[in-house]
Amino acid sequence: MFRNQYDTDVTTWSPAGRLFQVEYAMEAVKQGSAAIGLRSKTHVVLACVNKSTSELSSHQKKIFKVDDHIGVSIAGLTADGRVLSRYMRNECINYSYTYESPLPVGRLVVQLADKAQVCTQRSWKRPYGVGLLVGGLDESGAHLYYNCPSGNYFEYQAFAIGSRSQAAKTYLERKFETFTDSSRDNLVKDALFALRETLQGEKLTSSVCTIAVVGVGEAFHILDQETVQGLINEFEIVGEEPTPADETAAPDQGSGAAAPGPSEDVAPMDI
Amino acid sequence: MNVSDSTPAMNNLMGSEADSQRTLYPYVTGTSVVGIKYKDGILLAADMGGSYGSTLRYKTVERLKSVGKHSIIGASGEISDFQEIMRNLDDLILYDNMWDDGNSFGPKEVHNYLTRMMYNRRNKFNPLWNSLVLGGVKNGQKYLGTVSMIGVHYEDNHVATGFGNHLARPLLRDEWHENLTFEEGVKLLEKCMRVLLYRDRSAVNKLQIAKITEEGVTISQPYALKTFWGFSAFQNPTAGAEGSW
Repeated sequence: MFRNQYDTDVTTWSPAGRLFQVEYAMEAVKQGSAAIGLRSKTHVVLACVNKSTSELSSHQKKIFKVDDHIGVSIAGLTADGRVLSRYMRNECINYSYTYESPLPVGRLVVQLADKAQVCTQRSWKRPYGVGLLVGGLDESGAHLYYNCPSGNYFEYQAFAIGSRSQAAKTYLERKFETFTDSSRDNLVKDALFALRETLQGEKLTSSVCTIAVVGVGEAFHILDQETVQGLINEFEIVGEEPTPADETAAPDQGSGAAAPGPSEDVAPMDI
Repeated sequence: MNVSDSTPAMNNLMGSEADSQRTLYPYVTGTSVVGIKYKDGILLAADMGGSYGSTLRYKTVERLKSVGKHSIIGASGEISDFQEIMRNLDDLILYDNMWDDGNSFGPKEVHNYLTRMMYNRRNKFNPLWNSLVLGGVKNGQKYLGTVSMIGVHYEDNHVATGFGNHLARPLLRDEWHENLTFEEGVKLLEKCMRVLLYRDRSAVNKLQIAKITEEGVTISQPYALKTFWGFSAFQNPTAGAEGSW
């Protein structure tokens, strides 16, 4: 995509019928760090890569609990994501207050999409620069949706967004048929495997990723670091998948939590 | 409340009508509604009377209505306010259907929406002068609740409004049980309605019974209850007081 005379305003069509500002907004999503979602009949797992800008700073929060039965992971402009999460939380609370019942995920997603669409049709606004993976449970089962800056939304069995998400998508495409009847734990393992694909050789530890689960009888919650590291150890030791070549064959974390040491061996990262 | 009457331009013209308008007393009212859970769902009973003070003026008022696929509502109190509530509920269900997404409001959602509506009006000192019974079945779950004009709301296995609370509930507390068949339920409701007919001045002998199960809603045709007035004490009522009537 190159600069052209139709890309200044979101309210300007190109002769080919494109809105370049909206497409640029979707680029912003592709530049963010990866977020993955997968679902079975009864559970949804959201996972994301959490890289901090420096050792001194904390990680960016990329997974938000929206209600007991809905959570969202984001990729792109995290500030936009935070604001949209607040909107979603508000909608859920208002619905619960009026109807004493959880807001169906499908309806929340449509409201979110309509909100995003407005920003594609006002000259004084800009599209939200964030993609959202909305995972939740309602009467009709477990759902995973992807909300786009364009105002489109799609339902998925599994999906990945953000930088190097194609690697995760390839893995998910291979395995998605098993997800519907998968157990909760296997679903989490698959999420971790998919996440590892996006790290492209870098070591998967609980300090670079965040996992969240929601399911029947299980409110949306983010798994704590210890649990995640435990799960990582479990499948790394069993060695189901060949671990990608690692220069500094990192010593096994015999002492539980991995210390995020200086990453001299790390593959070139996106900013 | 007339919004145009409170614009700055109209203030002087309002003069003595400067207070805000709000409901002070009801005009055309319905009496008790009685509801019970039974084996397959919910049964509601209400007569078809609309009283104008002490006059039993209207005799074909339908006080039981269906709300969407999963609920039925019965109302006592001001009939015009009930008609307003029905307009609101019909809109609610319409917008729910317009989502066209497989989700639909069940009795719990409708009950809570009504509660919010009634409580909100109460807070504005302009109540909808009704006591409502809301019952329904969704996904096999039975639900029966009530809301009053001040927003008091609760659920139970059997509920009633107005006089029904005093005359029908005691009967239901003794005779209701979990596995009433449809016939047993109707008989129990008729027993309650008969007592109300004898003892409630605003009751008329023309009633409907509404049934809701997982399959759907049925509201019966109006019918009358058999009553007995042949008590010996009613013969020669002026026997001990000649000249009275």
